[in-house]
Amino acid sequence: MTPGSVQHENPDRLYTVTGGRSRADDARLDLVALIVSESQPVPGMQSEHAEILRICRAPTAVVEISADLRLPVSVVRILLADLLDTGSVTARHPRTAAGARLPDPDLLKQVLVGLRKL
Amino acid sequence: MDSGNCEPPVRAPLADTADEGLKIVIVGGFGVGKTTMVRSVSEIRPLNTEETMTQAGVGIDETAGADGKVTTTVAFDFGRISLNARMVLYLFGAPGQERFWFLWDRLFSGTLGAVVLVDPRRVADSWYAIDRLEHHGLPFVVARNNFGPPVHSLDQIRDALTLDDAVPLIDCDARDRESGKTVLITLVDHLYALSRAQEMAT
Repeated sequence: MTPGSVQHENPDRLYTVTGGRSRADDARLDLVALIVSESQPVPGMQSEHAEILRICRAPTAVVEISADLRLPVSVVRILLADLLDTGSVTARHPRTAAGARLPDPDLLKQVLVGLRKL
Repeated sequence: MDSGNCEPPVRAPLADTADEGLKIVIVGGFGVGKTTMVRSVSEIRPLNTEETMTQAGVGIDETAGADGKVTTTVAFDFGRISLNARMVLYLFGAPGQERFWFLWDRLFSGTLGAVVLVDPRRVADSWYAIDRLEHHGLPFVVARNNFGPPVHSLDQIRDALTLDDAVPLIDCDARDRESGKTVLITLVDHLYALSRAQEMAT
């Protein structure tokens, strides 16, 4: 835990940025779903939305956005649901989140090759 | 970091082709070296964030509000490894304490596997994490983080943890990049063997 982590965030801010909503839409975003901006921030946009669009010019995981904005993951999921609804961002969902007990050997093989090359 | 909400993050962006995020969780008690291990293998400086969960109920710590609801907060560190043009592995350092497991399904479903990092001076601290991982059916390996020459043999550690023979148990130095890499490779090798066995059986 580091100073300046989101735990010091004022609860009012969390309420304000989500408009009081506490639950993201059904399509749950994985912690490592990669988010990509499909449009530029526009004037008058909620600042957190604009910031997400800037961060996600390159693919960025939900959890990285959470760390950058210093907002809990659940709050970021709500903000992202807004942007997904309007097509302002797209999400690249991980295949492994489907709930399979074990990932398939081919995927693991690729992970091994990648790790050995480090 | 900590420069407010309007600064772009100062770290290398992922390739535009990245489309497959993967998760591995490193579980262990306070001070066992989770963040150190994440840092030693990550391509970015470890980041920190947290998740909160509000629920009606008792038996969890934290403060109950006027409406009787309880807010649980779990902080965690993470790092990142780009494996190839498409695949990105995220490593999470997560506390093994009780409240963390309430958030497991919300945060870590779809995780490839886990590393249980063991402090040789406090081996018993790892019992709970191992029990919970078994409960969640998540494959794992156990890595003993040696701060100095080990006092016990790995067999003694295996006995102390009543660890199944099928679960890999290795020594590591969380500060060392090569050692951290070896731990991750040991885990994924283990997952690969399990996955192959499962595939053969069906």
